[in-house]
Amino acid sequence: MPVRFAAGTLALLALAVLLVPAVVQLDQSLVDLRAAGQPPSLAHPLGTDEVGRDVLLRSIYGLRVSFLVGLVAALVSMVIGGLMGLAAGSLGGLPDRLLMRVVDGFNALPHLLFGIFIVALFAPSAAAVVVSVGVTHWTTAARIVRSEVLSLRSRPFVEAAISAGATRTRVVRRHLLPHLLPHLMLATVLMVPHAIWHETALSFLGLGLPPHLASLGNMINDGQRSLLTGDWWSSLVPGLFILVPTLAVSVLAQHWRDRRSPRWRSELEL
Amino acid sequence: MLEATGITVRYGGRTALEAASLTIRPGEVTGLAGPSGCGKSTLARVMAMMLRPDAGTLTVDGVPVTGWRQRAPRDLRTRVALIYQQPRLAVDPRLRLAEVIGEPLAANGRPDGERVAELAALTGLTGELLTRWPHEVSDGQLQRACVARALTLEPRYLVCDEMTTMLDASTQAHLVAVVNAYRERTGAGVLAISHDPLLLDRWADGVVDFAGGQGPTPGQPGRALRST
Repeated sequence: MPVRFAAGTLALLALAVLLVPAVVQLDQSLVDLRAAGQPPSLAHPLGTDEVGRDVLLRSIYGLRVSFLVGLVAALVSMVIGGLMGLAAGSLGGLPDRLLMRVVDGFNALPHLLFGIFIVALFAPSAAAVVVSVGVTHWTTAARIVRSEVLSLRSRPFVEAAISAGATRTRVVRRHLLPHLLPHLMLATVLMVPHAIWHETALSFLGLGLPPHLASLGNMINDGQRSLLTGDWWSSLVPGLFILVPTLAVSVLAQHWRDRRSPRWRSELEL
Repeated sequence: MLEATGITVRYGGRTALEAASLTIRPGEVTGLAGPSGCGKSTLARVMAMMLRPDAGTLTVDGVPVTGWRQRAPRDLRTRVALIYQQPRLAVDPRLRLAEVIGEPLAANGRPDGERVAELAALTGLTGELLTRWPHEVSDGQLQRACVARALTLEPRYLVCDEMTTMLDASTQAHLVAVVNAYRERTGAGVLAISHDPLLLDRWADGVVDFAGGQGPTPGQPGRALRST
């Protein structure tokens, strides 16, 4: 049931994100000072912000931008981390020890500060946020993949494949990757909210996405000024637009992992 | 002949095997008995070229095995096939039974569905079972697939590490018969490792008794049975 609820919510939001910009002929960046700071009403279902922009419309646009940035950033970190983990786990020995010390090094740095440092090298842009989050968050994936590879590598079925003449590439492709993929996918999905959080934090500091882009981070940042005058909707709504879909995605990701693995599937049936 | 001479294996600082020697002759079944932890499986893995010994030599049909890294080179490895004690662990849970049996062929770039079906029939697996996942079949059926897989590349030697320990009597008898038939047809050598003296006495041409981690001491056929 929660799975269906999550799927429904996500489908609704996806539909809104995809269709609203195409169908509704409204400009999300339209400033209407006469309608500034309005509470939810029929004309503006979730109110307007301090310069009279519609919060619902902007949140939908913002979800699009934030989610895209978060997803790409998560994918970048997973690809880097996945390759590092695969290399460390399957090569072993000195390369493994070296790579894991690099991981420790990255983990020792406060990653928000390091992310700010990387973003500061570029002008505020989506690409800068992606690079910043990707470069600081690959260590999680690297650790997951490495430990999985180490445990898979010593399993008899991998040994049986090697004994039958399978090459290293074949073992990785046929026996390691299919087992790693669910873990990696789950880690990626769980990384998306985290990446969005970083986008928010960087945007809040004025280092993230450029202010004209309607990202959820920028909106919360703008909205917090209106909080003092009692306009709770202008930051609560984008906040919920972060919380709800990311929660839904996590629920679905968990469910997907359980369904995909034949072994888990059989355990579920017990 | 698959001949191991003076094999020593250490795991970390602990010695698992000290100067052990063992010979598997073509067309014969060599039994290997001994208590748990005496190094039987370690020796089996060395003879299957899956574990590099710290000392000692291995020769296959008179040619010494060289070029060891962690394991022996690929073309040498495929001459010896391993059958494991626990089929559940020896099979990738993400491959269907037909893929499990066909894997050695696919790994060598010549997938062959007919050969898979033939081997499946030989080991008593019917067509319908071949489309199942490992978790949908019993341990016995899975072990049948493992035996079929071990035979796909027509290895010169078979190392059966407690192959029948997990099985019921009829499956055990059938798989031993399958391995024997293969041995008689191709003249392959078999190393049969087992805790079961009755099985070894019936199956093996000669039994090597592995006592107290000191390495194997050659014995006469039937000795394992008499000493129990």
